[in-house]
Amino acid sequence: MLNNYIPILILMLFAIAFAIVCVFLSKFIGPKNPNPVKLSTYESGMEPVGTARQRFSVKYYMAAMLFILFDIEIVFLYPWAVAYRKFIPNTVYYALIEMSVFIAILLVGYIYMIRKGALNWD
Amino acid sequence: MNYYEIIFYVFAVLTVVSAGVVVFSRNIIYSAFALLFTFTGVAGIYVLLNADFIAITQLLIYVGGIMILLIFGVMLTTNVTNVEITTQTLKALPATIVVAIVSALLVSTMVSTKWAVKDPISVESTTINQIGELLLTKYLLPFEIASIVLLIAMMGAAFLARKN
Repeated sequence: MLNNYIPILILMLFAIAFAIVCVFLSKFIGPKNPNPVKLSTYESGMEPVGTARQRFSVKYYMAAMLFILFDIEIVFLYPWAVAYRKFIPNTVYYALIEMSVFIAILLVGYIYMIRKGALNWD
Repeated sequence: MNYYEIIFYVFAVLTVVSAGVVVFSRNIIYSAFALLFTFTGVAGIYVLLNADFIAITQLLIYVGGIMILLIFGVMLTTNVTNVEITTQTLKALPATIVVAIVSALLVSTMVSTKWAVKDPISVESTTINQIGELLLTKYLLPFEIASIVLLIAMMGAAFLARKN
């Protein structure tokens, strides 16, 4: 049963190995001729001002919160989509109607959000 | 030690070590990022327990969503530029007493409970088929109620974001 996960494991190991190899290869075999322009944050770009660790606008938090809500919706869609084929032979529209009710209820919230302007950035 | 155990210990070590970083790190942003690895390690352990749907949920919602929320929360609520954000240990003695009592309770329960051990059963390669079927038949009402809970959360978030 766990044999199904071997491709995922290989992919994970390959991703980790690729990241490590890339970092160390460029560290060891790349030529190093630093000069002040090269070492600036954005070469031939703007000079950065202040620190990178600033307080974020609360708008980002709003976007993240709405993202999680739709994320949870997807979690419910996933088993529905996998099981959908089993419902086709006998009751064709049964599973579709159930999911339509689910989506319709959430659509109310989505319309409310748009009308309220929660998706506007300003 | 077969390969199952090796993989289990890899994920267990990842989970425990990064959880330790979450607790002991002096920088709250490092703690938040270490939590990312804790969640990933827990997802790996769920896979080893044959709970593949929970593992996917863990990756999708905790690693993908909750972590972003947490990191934004850290960056929002604290004044990162002026104050060195650190955590510190306060009131070590009362904390030790409380932890000792709680862990004594837990350990005594663990030892005295008669654990029912079941023989290993053959499981299907994925649980998602059964979960999907049950959601659409036996547990239809909880499934639809979940959408209403999500609706309330969505409207609450929109209401808080735009007061007017």
